Amino acid sequence: MNRTVDISGIAKLYGKVEAVTDVSLTLHEGQTVGLVGHNGAGKTTLIKLMLGLIRPSAGTVRVLGEDPASGNFEVRRRLGYLPESVSFHMALTGRETLAFYARLKRVDPASTAPLLERVGLAVAAADRPVRTYSKGMRQRLGLAQALLGEPRILLLDEPTSGLDPALRRHFYNLISDLRSKGTAVLLSSHALTELEGRTDRVIILNGGVKIADGTLDELRRIARLPTRIRIRLANGGTTGDPTGGDSRWHVMDDGMLETEAEPGGKIELLHRLTANPARIADIGLVEPTLDDLYAHFLNAGGNAR
Amino acid sequence: MSNILIIARKEIREGLRNRWVLATTLLLAALALTLSFLGSAPAGNIGANRLDIVVVSLSSLTIFLVPLIALLISHDAIVGEMERGTMLLLLSYPISRRQIVLGKFLGHVSILAFATLFGYGAAALALAAIGAEIDVQSWQAFAAMIGSSVLLGAVFIAIGHLVSALAAERSTAGGIAIGVWLFFVLIYDMALLGGLVAAQGHALPAGLLDALLLANPTDAYRLLNLSSGAAGSLSGMGGIAQHTTLGVPALVGALLVWMVAPLVVGTLVFSRREL
Repeated sequence: MNRTVDISGIAKLYGKVEAVTDVSLTLHEGQTVGLVGHNGAGKTTLIKLMLGLIRPSAGTVRVLGEDPASGNFEVRRRLGYLPESVSFHMALTGRETLAFYARLKRVDPASTAPLLERVGLAVAAADRPVRTYSKGMRQRLGLAQALLGEPRILLLDEPTSGLDPALRRHFYNLISDLRSKGTAVLLSSHALTELEGRTDRVIILNGGVKIADGTLDELRRIARLPTRIRIRLANGGTTGDPTGGDSRWHVMDDGMLETEAEPGGKIELLHRLTANPARIADIGLVEPTLDDLYAHFLNAGGNAR
Repeated sequence: MSNILIIARKEIREGLRNRWVLATTLLLAALALTLSFLGSAPAGNIGANRLDIVVVSLSSLTIFLVPLIALLISHDAIVGEMERGTMLLLLSYPISRRQIVLGKFLGHVSILAFATLFGYGAAALALAAIGAEIDVQSWQAFAAMIGSSVLLGAVFIAIGHLVSALAAERSTAGGIAIGVWLFFVLIYDMALLGGLVAAQGHALPAGLLDALLLANPTDAYRLLNLSSGAAGSLSGMGGIAQHTTLGVPALVGALLVWMVAPLVVGTLVFSRREL
């Protein structure tokens, strides 16, 4: 797979504030990567560095083999960017806006009509001033301009925040189409849950530092988060270890007992629990959610600093 | 089409859409027509060519109005787009910051040139239509007045872009723009007059007076239009003009410097600005 974006040891200072510290990452052709972090974690700074809008204080950025801040515009023609909460010139219509950006990218403005259709901006809406657009329509127009000229790299900064679920699905369908054509897509988000099943890889940023990088499965393996097992005893008892072992149980508000099982010990524990089925009235497993996973990495990252 | 033209075209289209072009053209036309019909009444038929009177009254009007319109159009150009968030997206496109500034400048000057040409042109056409006698010289003076008015507008558009590149917020840019206007249009001349009065009739060295007049683009414009030919005797500016050695090339040159310098500095400031 070709590397399209290559960042190594990058840092960016705003005055004395470190927005990004020693981050290295690569984006590959045909891969969708999620960039996750809180507000202010450095996601937008990282995207601006990839666009060459700001210069790094240290480290190097290579986009399609070039330094994006060098003033060589050839690279930018192959990039699509959707800023967080995108805004447009209010007086122009959607069609005029798209034609304006198309000219700047040296794309024939007449060829933009299918693009409007593709992002689902109705013909009637395309000829109305952007001033009258809803948030969702603006976001569709934003995606349309990012898709101009069939970019090889798409940088989308919180593209789905504030969108309704139907539009969100439409958005991700478009992205997976692009991915299959070999476009590298970087999606930033502040919630890991939103990216489940949408990305090949996830990069977690916290306080300007990269704290995790891998597929969700890999991250789960690294985190080794325990599965929570809940049982209700048939006799209603709440004391002692029902397995007769040394695992720790505590009582929940509803009278159930709960324990945490390491990924490796889960089956063994269940086996011992169910050895005498008559004793157990009910059993439930709670797998770690993506939020748990995210919280784990944020805590781990915080402790490491 | 080059990037500069693409930006200029968009600015013009926006100007048309939000009625800037229409409003300024109508304003200038209304004032020009009023001045040419009401303003010439006191002159009666004393032999002064009516278009000459219009040139004098319109250039006095231009000194106040055109810089104000120019600053109003331009002070928002950079800081406004940054605040609204459209600049971030624009800069991610294959376009340099210099091209953005030049494109916006070109677009704004085109809007102002259109408004001046048609607004003031309406007055001249109206005079011609009612059968006033206008000789070739007056037409030339009128054309020169329109040309220099556009140049004066371009100067203040360039200053507006500099203000816009420097200011951190739109409201600051607006405030500075008003300050710039007050300074060049009112305060500077009052201070200059005060200085002349304080000198109690001692003639200033000619070189100093020249420098002081060139240091304010509105004064350069005033000298350019009010000191020569028929206009000089009508406006009373001929008196000052006799004391200076400034010719048309020097005055036009000063205005050009006043246009280019803020534009260059503004581009530099904008290029260094962090997003």
